[in-house]
Amino acid sequence: MDLSDTPAEEEFRARLREWLAKTLPGLPPQPSPDDWPGRRAYDLGWQRRLHDAGYAAVHWDASPAIRLIFLEETEKAGAPYVGANFVGLLHAGPTIAAEGTDGQRARWLPPILRGEEVWCQGFSEPDAGSDLAALRTRAWRDGDAYVVTGSKMWTSHAEVADWCELLVRTDPDAPKHRGITWLAMPMDAPGITVRPLRTLAGSAEFAEVFLDEVRVPAANRVGDENDGWRVTMVTLSFERGTAFAGEVVACRRVLGELAGAARENGRWDDPALRRRLGRLHAEFRALWRLTQWNVSAAQASGGVPGAGGSVFKLRYSHARQELYDAAAEVLGADCLDLDRPWTLDRLSSLSYTIAAGTSQIQHGIIAERILGLPKGR
Amino acid sequence: MRFRLTDDQRALRDGMRQLLARRFDGAALRGAAERPERLDRALWRALGEAGFFALRLPEEQGGVGLGLPEAVLVFEEAGRVLLPGPLAATHLAAGAVPGAATGETVVSAVDGGLVEWLAEADVVRGDAPGAVPMRSLDPLTPLHRVPGRAAAAPDPVAVLLTAAEQLGTAARVCELAVQHARAREQFGRPIGAFQAVAHLCAGMLARSETARAAVYAAAVTADPLDIAAARLLADEAAVRGARDCLQVHGGMGFTWESEVHLHLKRAWVRTHRAGGVTHSEEALAAALTAGAA
Ligand SMILES: Cc1cc2nc3c(=O)[nH]c(=O)nc-3n(C[C@H](O)[C@H](O)[C@H](O)COP(=O)(O)OP(=O)(O)OC[C@H]3O[C@@H](n4cnc5c(N)ncnc54)[C@H](O)[C@@H]3O)c2cc1C
Repeated sequence: MDLSDTPAEEEFRARLREWLAKTLPGLPPQPSPDDWPGRRAYDLGWQRRLHDAGYAAVHWDASPAIRLIFLEETEKAGAPYVGANFVGLLHAGPTIAAEGTDGQRARWLPPILRGEEVWCQGFSEPDAGSDLAALRTRAWRDGDAYVVTGSKMWTSHAEVADWCELLVRTDPDAPKHRGITWLAMPMDAPGITVRPLRTLAGSAEFAEVFLDEVRVPAANRVGDENDGWRVTMVTLSFERGTAFAGEVVACRRVLGELAGAARENGRWDDPALRRRLGRLHAEFRALWRLTQWNVSAAQASGGVPGAGGSVFKLRYSHARQELYDAAAEVLGADCLDLDRPWTLDRLSSLSYTIAAGTSQIQHGIIAERILGLPKGR
Repeated sequence: MRFRLTDDQRALRDGMRQLLARRFDGAALRGAAERPERLDRALWRALGEAGFFALRLPEEQGGVGLGLPEAVLVFEEAGRVLLPGPLAATHLAAGAVPGAATGETVVSAVDGGLVEWLAEADVVRGDAPGAVPMRSLDPLTPLHRVPGRAAAAPDPVAVLLTAAEQLGTAARVCELAVQHARAREQFGRPIGAFQAVAHLCAGMLARSETARAAVYAAAVTADPLDIAAARLLADEAAVRGARDCLQVHGGMGFTWESEVHLHLKRAWVRTHRAGGVTHSEEALAAALTAGAA
């Protein structure tokens, strides 16, 4: 077992650190969380800088260990988050790279990497969340296009996206996992209505998307017709990979800030609070080690993140909620003030045990795929 | 970074697992629980021969010359099978107390207000005047209370080895629960097909695997904060895992015949070793204000 960098990793880390130290001071100020056009421009601008410095595809081209170093160093330095580029960089792009044709790769990948186009994910529907294969949005073949009608739900960044990775049902008579197709839909096509949904944190980070006879060129189909479920599994394995690793570093920083705040307001004298923060410190240290462990396992088995990602996702999502609950205890009545940054973080942490597969679904994956328990229901 | 077991580490772990399967199987465990207070000296020497106690002692001093990662692997194996005896105290005494390294001498140590295996030990490190026997909750760990002693700061290696034993228990109880959940049928199907049971098992694995990453990493870095964190995670994984394992076993789990209760009791005993959890929590909390998050 070795936790130190290899010479190549060490070199990458040093080069990245130097570049971050040089680049970050010149960045424009972050737009407010609700300014979606502003955030789109900001996030694309950051991707453009990464591209020009040679870090464009670090999320998918690099080895898992290099990816982890990238996440660790950018977070430590306080660099911008992937933000609106999340879907394009972390799952649509890698899926197209793995499953698309040469023409599709040439059309869609460079704009993602250069920070020119934003993608969103149109998987979930009002009646198809955990049971994604129950999706009902229909698509008919009409000449050289699919005609799509239906609706999608909780589509993050839909308002500012150029493209949508869309799942549609192309064969309603097939068993439910077999009649699905994966399409790249341009978000400016006629027939698309985006209705922002307000989250409990007050922001509008996701939307409902209504599709009324939207024509999507058949050439935009990734994988075969009715073979979309297999392509979707590729997408989801990328989505659950190292996506949250950088956030663990951020949570450790927050924990340090909490301790400082508790010292200032006197709460630190309460041994119960200290012990609670001590436990969280242990948890986030362990989650970082677990990330390194999973990444080393992925590296040994050819780079594909396995079901071990579910262990991480399950624990991390709960730990993040506990972190901001502890913040509320440190803040006292100030935790009710929306102008305190931790208040909004506490609210948004509530989504972590739901989005990208609920905790109950992660438990199910661990029980069936890792422990080999019989399939239930 | 290559955070995987090396081939040599794997071989060491497998060798220890085989030795313990030969010398201390389930029947031996239940037998020991019926004959408490008696340590199997032949087994202790066999451990000595296999290098369990001398593992980290330099080769010039007759030891094996390995490090903390290897020690953690063999202690995890000992924890899995609930091997009785003051394992960590004897291991830590190798090189300092004659005969400890080879398993000829059983060494115990005063730890906070407690001593394990006082009557069976040849040597007790630290003073234990006026030690009073307790009716120990764990039939496999005789305990004495030592009155009026302030707890000293624990040796980080003792903390880590305790965490490794807890990890062994955490992994083992998860396996026991999964085996039972596959085999036991109610309402015409294996109970593991019921989500409530499957999710208990998944929770056990999520805790033990997180603890594993923390314990192995702490063994590599030997950083006292990594060790404190590993200890907290491993304690939680062992204690909650053993409780959930008992739940999965239902009424059978509440009987003396099943080994589940022995895992829970030992896990509880270990939570009081080496400064207890409070010490680790306070150390990690103090580091936060020192900017070491
Ligand atoms: C912030 C946020 C952003 C999102 N972004 C996107 C996006 O960009 N694109 C997209 O396509 N989707 C997105 N989603 C949707 C997300 O993937 C779904 O909300 C999630 O998969 C859960 O589905 P659901 O909401 O329909 O809940 P349901 O599936 O209805 O679940 C409700 C409850 O029942 C439980 N449950 C359901 N099935 C089972 C079962 N088999 N066993 C045990 N318990 C079960 C669940 O755990 C949950 O507690 C987002 C969600 C959030 C919160």
